[in-house]
Amino acid sequence: MDIKSDMVLDCKGLSCPLPVLKTKKAIGELKAGQVLEMIATDPGSKNDMEAWANRTGNPIVGTKEEGGTYTFFIKKS
Amino acid sequence: MADKKKRIAIIASKGTLDMAYPPLILATTAVAMDMEAAIFFTFYGLNIIKKSTMSSLKVPPIANPAMPVPMPNIIGALPGMTAMATMMMKSWMGKAKVATIPQLIESAIESGVKLWPCQMTMDVMGIKFEDFIDGVAKPVGAATFLDFAAEADITLFV
Repeated sequence: MDIKSDMVLDCKGLSCPLPVLKTKKAIGELKAGQVLEMIATDPGSKNDMEAWANRTGNPIVGTKEEGGTYTFFIKKS
Repeated sequence: MADKKKRIAIIASKGTLDMAYPPLILATTAVAMDMEAAIFFTFYGLNIIKKSTMSSLKVPPIANPAMPVPMPNIIGALPGMTAMATMMMKSWMGKAKVATIPQLIESAIESGVKLWPCQMTMDVMGIKFEDFIDGVAKPVGAATFLDFAAEADITLFV
C-alpha cells in the first residue's frame, strides 16, 4: 500500500502507553486531512491504535505489518 | 463522537512503584483518547506526586507471592530485599522501554489530567503543597472528587 504521509513518527521499541500518547501529540500538530505515519513494534499497538482511532475519530487509512514492525497511516479528521 | 466527553475518575491510594503505574497510564491514555481524567491521590498515593519520593518508589517483596523470583516473606523481610526487588523491576522496565513515573507525571500534567491531592491525608501525613511537583492541582476533599466522579463513565480505585 502506498500512502503519502505528511509526518513520520517513530515509536519503535516503545511500550504502552507511549505510542498512543506520542500519536495523540503528533496528530495535534497536523492539519485536518493530513496523514501521520506511525511506526511501532509493540504488538499491543495493533488493537490499541484501532481503539484510539475509534474513540478520537481520526481514521486509520492504511496499515503495514512486516517483521514485527507495525505501520499505521492515520488521517487527521 | 459523543457530544459530551467520556470521563474517568481514579483514586490512587498506594505508594509503591507497581501501584503508581496503572493510574498514570490509564489517565494519560484516556486524555489521549479525548476523555477527561482526574486522579485523586490519597494516603501513600501522595508519594507519587511528591518531589522527594516520585523518582524512588519501591517494589515491596513482603506479602507479594507473585514476585518473579518467588521469595518467602522471611527472606523478603531481610534488609536490602526491597531495594533488590525494586532494582530488578526497574531494570526490566528499562529494557522494555516503559515510561518512568516522572515521565508519565510530566505527560499527565502537560495533557491536562487533573492531579488532585487529598487535603485530609496531607494533614495527617504532614505533607505540604510545596512538597508536590509543579502542575499538581490545589488539594481537595472527598466531595470534590465525588462531584467529578458522579459524572464519570469509568471509576477505579487503585
